[in-house]
Amino acid sequence: MRTLVIAAAVSLGAGVAGAQTIAITGGTVYPVSGPKIENGTVLVRDGKVVAVGANVAVPAGAQRVNATGKWVTPGLVNAATQIGVVEIGAVNDTRDAFARGRDQIAASVRVWEGFNPRSVLIAPAREEGVTTVVVVPGGGLVSGQAAITDLDAPESSVRSLHGPVAMVAEIGGSQQGGVGSRAELIGKLRELLADARFYGTNRAAFDRGDARALSASRADLAALQPVLAGTLPMLISADRESDIVAALDLAKEFGFRLILGDGAEAWMVADRLAAAKVPVITGAMNNIPSGFEALGKRQENAGLLRKAGVSVAIIGNAGGGDEEAFNVRNIRYEAGNAVAYGMSWDDALRAVTLAPAQMFGAGARIGSLEAGKVANVVVWSGDPFELGTRAEHVFVGGREIMEPTRQQMLEDRYKTLPPEYRQR
Amino acid sequence: MRSFVLALAATTAACASAPPASTRPTPSDSTARAAMPAAGTPGSPGAGALSTPNADPFPSTYKPFASRATVIRNVTIMTAAGPTIRNGAVVLRDGKIAAVGATVDVPADALVIDGAGKFLTPGIIDDHSHLGVYAAPGGQALSDGNEATNPTTPYVWAEHSVWPQDPQFPRNLAGGVTTLQILPGSANLIGGRSVVLKNVPARTVQGMKFPGAKYGLKMACGENPKRVYSTRGPATRMGNVAGYRTAWINAEAYRRRWDKWNADKKGDPPSRDLGMETLAEVLRGNILVHNHCYRGDEMAQMIDIAREFGYRIRSFHHGVEAYKVADLLARDSISASVWSDWGAFKMEAIDAIRGNMALLQKAGVRVIMHSDDPSGSQRLNQEAAKAMYEGRRLGIDISEDDAIKWMTINPAWALDLDKQIGSIETGKNADVVLWTGNPFSVYSKAERVWIDGALLFDRNDPKQQWRTDFEIGFVPPPTVGGSR
Repeated sequence: MRTLVIAAAVSLGAGVAGAQTIAITGGTVYPVSGPKIENGTVLVRDGKVVAVGANVAVPAGAQRVNATGKWVTPGLVNAATQIGVVEIGAVNDTRDAFARGRDQIAASVRVWEGFNPRSVLIAPAREEGVTTVVVVPGGGLVSGQAAITDLDAPESSVRSLHGPVAMVAEIGGSQQGGVGSRAELIGKLRELLADARFYGTNRAAFDRGDARALSASRADLAALQPVLAGTLPMLISADRESDIVAALDLAKEFGFRLILGDGAEAWMVADRLAAAKVPVITGAMNNIPSGFEALGKRQENAGLLRKAGVSVAIIGNAGGGDEEAFNVRNIRYEAGNAVAYGMSWDDALRAVTLAPAQMFGAGARIGSLEAGKVANVVVWSGDPFELGTRAEHVFVGGREIMEPTRQQMLEDRYKTLPPEYRQR
Repeated sequence: MRSFVLALAATTAACASAPPASTRPTPSDSTARAAMPAAGTPGSPGAGALSTPNADPFPSTYKPFASRATVIRNVTIMTAAGPTIRNGAVVLRDGKIAAVGATVDVPADALVIDGAGKFLTPGIIDDHSHLGVYAAPGGQALSDGNEATNPTTPYVWAEHSVWPQDPQFPRNLAGGVTTLQILPGSANLIGGRSVVLKNVPARTVQGMKFPGAKYGLKMACGENPKRVYSTRGPATRMGNVAGYRTAWINAEAYRRRWDKWNADKKGDPPSRDLGMETLAEVLRGNILVHNHCYRGDEMAQMIDIAREFGYRIRSFHHGVEAYKVADLLARDSISASVWSDWGAFKMEAIDAIRGNMALLQKAGVRVIMHSDDPSGSQRLNQEAAKAMYEGRRLGIDISEDDAIKWMTINPAWALDLDKQIGSIETGKNADVVLWTGNPFSVYSKAERVWIDGALLFDRNDPKQQWRTDFEIGFVPPPTVGGSR
């Protein structure tokens, strides 16, 4: 066993290959923020994109990456993951995404405080071109606060993790959140928001003990203040048309910025969502009427929403592992399926890059290839949505991280059975 | 009800005649039926008290749907039997593949379909499905896949839980899936009998049953049983193994008692036990073992148990660590029914790798792309593509002709139906899928699906899109280009 241990240590030590100036040349560049550029150059310096175009001068001494015949895109953004907060789904010690809360309310929970940058699932995601994830808590009525992070090396001193980027809640039906009916659930959410508003204007009285009883803890009420102020969006998962309408009405009533999650029947109210400028995070591989709240689930959902003018981010939410941290990497195939079901290719790329970045307040930092943005760049062997395409180079903050994945190390070990294992 | 009784009587009478000599022992075998008295014959002792090999108390009532002679030409054919045929053609006639090749004779009455730019494959076969037993829209009312009341329930049959109105069936059909093995869940060490279904509309599960298909037996290793029974046991993996062995010890004794009585018919018949009967049928080779098992070391133990009691394991399902024991599987001709890239959802799944299928193929194991999921089963072609390309990344040359077998002829073998389905060869059942493009592209979709020569799905014709009873009124109707 000793040699095995040593071999593993050596491969782990491969570490980070960095360079100050990198020129990715000759590829077809899809900046997302503008039309594609044939034979384009992406110039990166000190972790930032400094130029993108067909006629970019490459400084002497720049590290060149020949992308001739390749496709160059921004790093992909997966807008709803539990990577880093769930390692092994059924091992409770590794599950940090589901707070108990008080009476199903966990608004004050900052999910990223349990984030593990050494999760072995980060490397596989990054290796396939996912450079940014939104880490979203789950469970209860109000699940807690989400964060965004680039998938840079764990030892990086400039961790990009940033939160909160959204308050996360769910309107999931009559049996959720410790209630007995939909109306009671929505009423409970309304009472919480009203109490948060009351707390916001009577904070001193509340702290003195000179205020009426409120429906949530002080910490939860305080955490909801940026939502009420319109500075922090509320990501509400809802599938049934009427639940989506309820979320829209609550957003209007309390003046918060709504992001709709899952939205199985969102296509039925696409025009209303577009008019209210509510973005939607949904998948493109789910068509099963998996509950009475999702009878209208269909694969065209994302494309129909986009056609109506809704900003759409694509995630994996069809079940069968699509939504799990192990397959955060598969978001590009989800985008490909969205195209197969009616979304334009350009919109699908936007839905896994700039659109989610903008939803979570990171649109100025990442999501497209533009001068001044963080250099999250992927060089693909072909169409990134195709099953046979590989991410050949993945830059996060201008650095290419060569760390092998745990899965690759297992593949290497078993490609030829090691001598220690020859005996049955 | 009257017409049903008459039909049943007619069927029973028909079975009195001898089957063709080539017929192997199957549930429709004459010896099975011989022991079955005509329904409701007054004063008859009733076969229900007797344990008869290959008994078939719930026979298939499936009849192929109406079809017309069809030629698909100018199409790329992935046959799963040989190399891809470019610009080829097939003739579907009377439910069978009548011809396949670069050129075929076009029957005068045939509907001719131009397949330019399109691909034709055998119907997709999912050997690990829970459609119907975990039907949509879900919930407790439709949760019928795990008889989690006892760790050993060989006495339950999945078909008695299948809801033919599960809207997941037509969605799978739209994914090109023509044959499904419906298994009980994995809560139990021995979970019960599976059933093989044709993916067709029917009022009863019997109308979907694949005529002559053997039953399977679901067994499960590892975490699930020991978690479900943690308080009453088995609570450990060693408890699991003791549970399997105890069951087989009892089954072997039961088999001997009944084989003796069936041979000499002397004295009172032994008492019948539904669970032991299923296990005895496994020991006689009449039922195929499908064993849910994630870890390589546990697969090795299950192989030993199979040897101890003299049965064979047809396929290890889920097998995320099958690559670790690929040589053991190859040696015993055990197939591996696996995913392309699902893992880490529990401890026994942490060593899942995308190279699993490629490494297994390289070691000579019969590899099967299975789903265990009503969504994944709609895209087994995409799953196979991921595994194929991962193989190439590892330097293992997996061709499209190899990968197409993973979801056609190989699962057909796991169900012992590879003589009837799973490849495009003359004489086989006309179960074929016309794809809009190469099935290993993310952008390709099943455009038309035939089962036994009958067109059962057409993406461009909402009238050719099966809607279950459940969907009527509840689910918005399909559109051209289809929400399927």
